[in-house]
Amino acid sequence: MSEEKKFAAYICTGCGIGDRLDAASLENVATREGRMNVVKQHEMLCSKEGVKMIQDDIDNDGVTHIVIAACSRRAKVDAFSFPESKVAVTRANLREGVIWARPDTDEARETTQEMAEDYIRMSCGEIKQMNPPKPSGQQERNPNILVVGGGVTGMTAALEAAAAGYTVHLVEKSGELGGHAAKLHKRVPFKAAPVGTPNSPDANLPMPEETGVPEMIQAVESNDNIKVYLNSRITKTSGAPGRFSVDISTESGDTVTENIGSIIQATGFTPWDPSVLSELHYSDSPDVITQLELEELANAAGDGPIKRPSDGKEVKAVVFVQDVGQNSDKEGELPYDSGVGDLVSIKQALYFKHHNGDCDTTIVYDNLRTPGAPGEDFYRSGQKNGVIFTKGDVKEVVPGDTLTVKMHDKILDEDAEIHADLVVLDVGMVPNSGPDPYAATESLEGMSDEEREAELEAQAEEAADETAVSVESILNLTYRQGTDLPQLKWGFTDSHFICFPYETRRTGIYAAGPVRRPMDIKQAMDDATGAAMKAIQEIELAAQGRANHPRTGDLSFPTFRREGCTQCKRCTVECPFGAIDEDEERYPQYNESRCRRCGTCMGACPVRVISFENYSVNTVGAQIKECLIPEEWDEKPRILVLACENDAYPALDQAAIAGQEISPWARVIPVRCLGSVSLSWVTDALNNGYDGIIMMGCKRGEDYQCHFVRGSTMANERMAKVGDTLESLNLEPERVVVHEVAITDIERAPALIKEMEETIEKVGLSPFKF
Amino acid sequence: MSDLNTRMIEKYRNDFLKEVEANVEEGEWVKMCMQCGVCSGSCPLGKHWAHPPQEIFMMIRAGKREEVLTSDSMWMCTSCYNCIVRCPRELPITHIMHGLATYSKKLGLVPKGQPTATFAEIFWNNMMKKGRVNELKLGLSLYFKDGFGQGIKNAMANQKLGMSMMKAKRMSPAEFFGGHGIKDVGGLQKMIKKAQELEEARMKKFD
Repeated sequence: MSEEKKFAAYICTGCGIGDRLDAASLENVATREGRMNVVKQHEMLCSKEGVKMIQDDIDNDGVTHIVIAACSRRAKVDAFSFPESKVAVTRANLREGVIWARPDTDEARETTQEMAEDYIRMSCGEIKQMNPPKPSGQQERNPNILVVGGGVTGMTAALEAAAAGYTVHLVEKSGELGGHAAKLHKRVPFKAAPVGTPNSPDANLPMPEETGVPEMIQAVESNDNIKVYLNSRITKTSGAPGRFSVDISTESGDTVTENIGSIIQATGFTPWDPSVLSELHYSDSPDVITQLELEELANAAGDGPIKRPSDGKEVKAVVFVQDVGQNSDKEGELPYDSGVGDLVSIKQALYFKHHNGDCDTTIVYDNLRTPGAPGEDFYRSGQKNGVIFTKGDVKEVVPGDTLTVKMHDKILDEDAEIHADLVVLDVGMVPNSGPDPYAATESLEGMSDEEREAELEAQAEEAADETAVSVESILNLTYRQGTDLPQLKWGFTDSHFICFPYETRRTGIYAAGPVRRPMDIKQAMDDATGAAMKAIQEIELAAQGRANHPRTGDLSFPTFRREGCTQCKRCTVECPFGAIDEDEERYPQYNESRCRRCGTCMGACPVRVISFENYSVNTVGAQIKECLIPEEWDEKPRILVLACENDAYPALDQAAIAGQEISPWARVIPVRCLGSVSLSWVTDALNNGYDGIIMMGCKRGEDYQCHFVRGSTMANERMAKVGDTLESLNLEPERVVVHEVAITDIERAPALIKEMEETIEKVGLSPFKF
Repeated sequence: MSDLNTRMIEKYRNDFLKEVEANVEEGEWVKMCMQCGVCSGSCPLGKHWAHPPQEIFMMIRAGKREEVLTSDSMWMCTSCYNCIVRCPRELPITHIMHGLATYSKKLGLVPKGQPTATFAEIFWNNMMKKGRVNELKLGLSLYFKDGFGQGIKNAMANQKLGMSMMKAKRMSPAEFFGGHGIKDVGGLQKMIKKAQELEEARMKKFD
């Protein structure tokens, strides 16, 4: 490397570090063993003066690589980031990691000091393997946002993005904007009754309101920043955030290619078809209709009374059947509840009440759900206007001039019949997702070998069956890992619904609206706004070559040593985000702006050729190696803890803050994700004489908590093979364990280390101490 | 008695609900019940009711007119007001129960021998005579409501209580002869009659 490297270590003696530890000795370790060029102490390193001292050394002394021996890397992040200077920084955790985790007693003093000195050694070893990260320059700022779908969600996203000064390409497959919402007569109100509205039956409560969709369409069409493509489809999407190339097949038959910065998928939903429920006679009785069909009748009626389809007779009695084919465990029905159908039925019952207060409107529900701010008030509004709510289970609809709804009244616990002129079915929302790229592989998880074989055979048969309905692709991504966004559950497009609702497993492509989960207009508009914000954020970060989520702002990205690559394709297959393609020569092709910087590829690589500038097999390897392993007769075991930086590492920090004791034998190394753990670290550690290894990652499986979705799962699969390594070394299998640790496990995380301490006591120290 | 007491209506239609809204005190609240069941769970006598309040409200909405109006459930209400205090929708449940009882009495649909209804009748008749309640006669009418033999038994059983009340001058044997009353009994009776006429006129007719 042409640039000169200058290594410096700064030891903070504040927060009690100086009182509890022998700082002079630490300085000695950094100088002699760590071979740092500059070693300085400061009584409060995070103060203005402390930071200035470091900055001065960078500016005037040419310091390029910095070890901060102070608090946890999760504390004082801003003070020690030096964004203006191209420097590599690492942190030795002396506060949460050592003094707060150990008792302040005379007996503990020696082991506590050893712990601190080890962390100095480890950080000094690590920093030598690090380089200052810099952007790849793969893409420039591209302020174009592609919105797929022209319903309320898509239009809201387009308007929000355009208002922020971005250019929007809005692609709609049908001939008009507005989607399902454009067909509605009225919408569920957006606002609750004013605070203090009494409970009385004559209170002023929210009523159905104008949809606002025509105004929205008008705003989209007249916005210079929004280009609308009607009757158009996306035939190809290649590239990465900041440099997507999107082929749009337009109305005229031409294909337009646009350069796009980020994408919002707002492809909405299709109402579930209740024809399969023959007992409801949806397909053979014209007076059994769905909610959306009733909207058409209401629109046709205009200001007059609603007339039924069969004979045009004014409807004087209507029954709404809620949750048809929803919350069901039956094949072909929906296992979930769309959640908004009850609000819709209240709204529609009020259509009838609006024209004729004497019209009998009965809503037969099992669980009435009225989500959203106005939900409860709107429910009361329905009750106030005489809508009858009956908890019941509809068994059958008998068609005829007067329809008979046979049901079991669940409050009165008896079978009952209701006569009606019209029956309205609340059917669920089916997401308009593309084909799931992982459907085939995920169905194999947790199966035995025989089951796996049978499933693969069935899949092959299905693939060969030409009559089978295949889902049409929406985005037509040219990614190695499939054409569309991965799905989370029940066909809904992926999102981490609690923490990061818009994030999909494809960086820079955000799902919003009912394609993500069932929702109504108000929720979809909020959702679209959020997705637009994410799309804008991605454009700006990709322009700087920075990661968006969850390592926001990270400049590092993975590269590989071409000469060493065996083209095994594990990285391209295992990347949870489909970030890696293959080039013409079948080498992996990294797309920096698609990458989340988790390092799962690094953990996957059997020949260890993948690395980040500041995180690699060597940076962690050096930490493992630099930790001093005491001789066997010292009877001081060493436990290596590889802790996920998102959950397990902060859990250990929190444990120390809460006064939980952590074993003096533990040496904790944070990893970006358990998915980035290389098997070689385990082998090296065992060979170096560590007595036990604990890997702490996030919860995996269906209710995963892994920030990188599949990292924890991948690590677990890989570590299943660690038994062979142990066997070949003639070591006990219990020396290596993998645990799922949540950020809240502040008592459990130290206890797991203690457990390993006890295991080592039982099986004895490692024979590999030289 | 009117033709209302035998009115037949179709189930799960609004007809009976509308009748209750029009003719039952606080009846316009019934539609606001959200069927949470807190009233039924709060009622100290709940387990003795054939239909707790929540169920009564559902039956009204289901159009079960006869079952509701001939039920003795609303007569079981002791006016403890637990349900009113706890109802999240703030329905005046106690008042509705009394309103329903009054309406069923008006239609002559009260179950035969319903003790609360009988007591209420005795109380009303007693009070209407003098404009004040004659406690001695009220007690005696209640003791003897089930016949002479039972009346003697009841009187003997409560002998001690009666003696104590007389000693404490809470009850006077002289009350047996006429008893005290208000100055203008005739005026009161006229007033009540007028009020009843007004109420009758306000009662909505359903056919």
